[in-house]
Amino acid sequence: MKIAVPREVHPSEYRVATTPDVARKLIDLGFEVIVESNAGLAASFSDASFETAGAKIEPDTAALWRDADIVLKVRPPEHHPTLNQHEADLLHAGQTLISFIWPAQNPALMDQLATKKVTVLAMDSVPRVSRAQKLDALSSMANVGGYRAVIEAANHFGRFFTGQITAAGKVPPAKVLVIGAGVAGLSAIGTAVSLGAIVRAFDTRPEVHEQVESMGAQFLDLDFEEDGDGAGGYAKEMSPAFIAAEMSLFRAQAADVDIIITTALIPGKPAPKLILADMVEIMRDGSVIVDMAAEQGGNCELTEPGTVATHHGVTIIGYTDLPSRLAAQSSQLYGTNLRFVLTELCPQKDGVIVVDMDDEVIRGTTVINNGDITWPPPAPKLSSLPKPTVTAPLPAKKEKTHNDGARSSLAILIVGGFALWGLGAVAPAAFMSHFTVFVLACFVGYQVIWKVTPALHTPLMSVTNAISGIIVLGAVLQVSTSSFVITLLAGIAILIASVNVVGGFLVTQRMLRMFQK
Amino acid sequence: MSGILAAAYIAASVLFILSLGGLSNPETARRGNVYGGIGLIIAVVATILSDQVTAYVVLIIAMLVGGTAGAFVAARVQMTEMPELVAILHSFVGLAAVLIGFATYLDPAHALFGIEKSIHEVEIFIGILIGAVTFTGSVIAFGKLRGMIDGKPLLLPARHLINLAIALACVWLGSIFVGNPATGGVVWPLILMTVLAFAFGVHMVMAIGGADMPVVVSMLNSYSGWAAAATGFMLSNDLLIVTGALVGSSGAILSYIMCRAMNRNFISVIAGGFGTSGGAVTSIEGEAVPISAAATAQLLNDAQSIIIVPGYGMAVAHAQNIVSELTTALRNKGKKVRFAIHPVAGRMPGHMNVLLAEARLPYDIVMELDEINDDFPATDVAIVIGANDIVNPSAQDEPNSPIAGMPVLEVWKAKSAIVLKRSMATGYAGVDNPLFFHPNTQMLFGDAKESLDSVFQSLD
Repeated sequence: MKIAVPREVHPSEYRVATTPDVARKLIDLGFEVIVESNAGLAASFSDASFETAGAKIEPDTAALWRDADIVLKVRPPEHHPTLNQHEADLLHAGQTLISFIWPAQNPALMDQLATKKVTVLAMDSVPRVSRAQKLDALSSMANVGGYRAVIEAANHFGRFFTGQITAAGKVPPAKVLVIGAGVAGLSAIGTAVSLGAIVRAFDTRPEVHEQVESMGAQFLDLDFEEDGDGAGGYAKEMSPAFIAAEMSLFRAQAADVDIIITTALIPGKPAPKLILADMVEIMRDGSVIVDMAAEQGGNCELTEPGTVATHHGVTIIGYTDLPSRLAAQSSQLYGTNLRFVLTELCPQKDGVIVVDMDDEVIRGTTVINNGDITWPPPAPKLSSLPKPTVTAPLPAKKEKTHNDGARSSLAILIVGGFALWGLGAVAPAAFMSHFTVFVLACFVGYQVIWKVTPALHTPLMSVTNAISGIIVLGAVLQVSTSSFVITLLAGIAILIASVNVVGGFLVTQRMLRMFQK
Repeated sequence: MSGILAAAYIAASVLFILSLGGLSNPETARRGNVYGGIGLIIAVVATILSDQVTAYVVLIIAMLVGGTAGAFVAARVQMTEMPELVAILHSFVGLAAVLIGFATYLDPAHALFGIEKSIHEVEIFIGILIGAVTFTGSVIAFGKLRGMIDGKPLLLPARHLINLAIALACVWLGSIFVGNPATGGVVWPLILMTVLAFAFGVHMVMAIGGADMPVVVSMLNSYSGWAAAATGFMLSNDLLIVTGALVGSSGAILSYIMCRAMNRNFISVIAGGFGTSGGAVTSIEGEAVPISAAATAQLLNDAQSIIIVPGYGMAVAHAQNIVSELTTALRNKGKKVRFAIHPVAGRMPGHMNVLLAEARLPYDIVMELDEINDDFPATDVAIVIGANDIVNPSAQDEPNSPIAGMPVLEVWKAKSAIVLKRSMATGYAGVDNPLFFHPNTQMLFGDAKESLDSVFQSLD
């Protein structure tokens, strides 16, 4: 099947839906890849590099769309400025479009696509289950966005991130506060930490505490009990009391930090306002706020989506195209996500895609199937982080056996004591002296064996095996007798016990020689 | 002369204890083993030189033949076959105990009366009983480990009744044997009991499944010790008693450790068979995701920390050497590679450690369950080589599973897990393993050795 990759027409969209590397792998899967000329130019992928990878270059946009079986795009279809036609109208029945769609925000586009009888897979609708992680373009883009947010902040921040002591004086490290520790937030934390900043992070979901600390940031605890974990790994809206506590935390932090990066989003709702005008005023001159939620209205009251604003000496960055500002990296990650979608669709690796609506991941991603709108999908079966099910009866059971154990060991002691007393009452002195030796040897054995390291359990068995060959002594003592039968029995016993002794010691030695540091 | 003999025996006892004590650490273990050998030589030489021994010809021939055979086997045996070797050596001790028991009974030199005679006869009876059970039990264990006998538990309909009947019959035969006034008069109860004990040994081990083999091997180890101790009582020989007791308690402790590692009690292992717990086990839904050797190599290239979990499958495939090469290559790239050993991995205690040591892997990267289990969440790739039950999450979260409560290696907590397996068959416990359907898990199907070979080739 033919895969077409058109040039993105959205203003200041630098990404492209495939890269030469990805194209090569798609060709390995059996597809034919056709790229519109100059499609990758803004992301630094030349037409020549696509051709080297085995893709064809098509200068005629209309022909490209017409001849394709599958169209890979980044942005949802929109009005094409040079053809003066909507991209959706370039599609015809039987084609498959894979791109970001945002079906909830774009119902008109959905209807328009449905009338074209095409199949549409929305990269923003990939279900958030573990198996689909490699398809998850939102995470890839959030990761790039988080990185870029720090770079943008550094660009507008007039000082170093890292602390230094130089001949020209001491430079304190920059302090960064990241709000929202999702993929973008964690990526921002990692980038800021690696630049040398002191990073703090806040999130309403306490379970990300560990993830934040693993990235090298300090997690800011709120002295307030409320779990902000919504479905599918996203956050939910919090109670007013919680928000008040949160606000006072941010106000205190605003006075201290140099850079604030906000990434707080709640699915299906405008971004929560977390940084109010008065907090911006508290911040020091030269401080920077990067509002990654600008597209959904912004986490900062003063954010102007799409541009950089300055208030009270604080730079507020409201770019909504952060991933596009790192186009080569974004394209590579997005292209790889698309490749995995195609791998899922093409299990036979024969270049033919099958939209299997019984597959949970494909079902969730497909928003239009041959003209039928199939969005929203039924709820996914699993969250990406299933809660551990607590099995309450277990500890109780354990306690019971513990009690039983104490009681039964007491019983054993009593029974053993009586048995010993009975034995002592009837047995002759010679037997009792042997018995003493026996019991003491058992205890010595007990003490010694517990100290043996588990790694040496096999040598232990083979050496005890060899030692128990000491039974040969019994036979040695008996072999010298006039009775032929006894000599024969003892002789055989000596023979086999000798196998044991010699074999056991030698094989143990062989094994132990192998144990080395 | 008897004073010197006693001194020699004391020296031998001390050396044996030092020998076992030396095994607490791989560095002192070799010296310990040498101590054990010296102790045995002292004891045997001192006994041979004592007045009681005159039949040097038979003795020396038997020792030379036996010793040569032992040396030959020790030099030739493959490390993967250690469980079998240990099992068959146990059977020799058992058989020797039986033979010595009969010889003692037939020996007219021991003319005793009254309670002493009774005690002596009880000693003979018990010595032969334990020896006989050890003998046939070990032979069957050997057969099972070699694959000559089906590893599945043989569950006769009334197996507990059969065992009980044999036990009662032995007590009854014992009372006839001991109660008989004539010295050396009635040998039939003794012979009949020996036959019953042989049958009991066969039946007992036949009923135990392959996964419980580590317990069986260590239990037979214990029995062989008790057989030696009983022989010591029979012959009034303190050295035999001491040694037998040391070996017996060693085997008993090992059995206990193995049982604890499987969260099973000793009685239920010995009684044989799985499936005593009630309740339906929820069936596992999902699809195992296969992975290629090249993709595995890619994953390993990208990983920083790797934990390898070997199981019996590694021994079967003789894959320890390629595992070692792979480990060395990964370590040379600066990756943290460690091994996680479950106490019952393989078919005898410490089986995996010996195989890894044979492949020249340093023992300080080989970790125990408790040492490493908490590190899985911080691990990039966990590789499971031919292990099943010991990495089965059902043990933790499926109360009705037959292996519920058994401590397991939590490989599913690693960022990704690769399971090397020949096919989708269940483990010895016959339990489905949800690990294979876990989202982080990918399956590398095929012979472990060949799979790892191609992973090694694809590593760059």
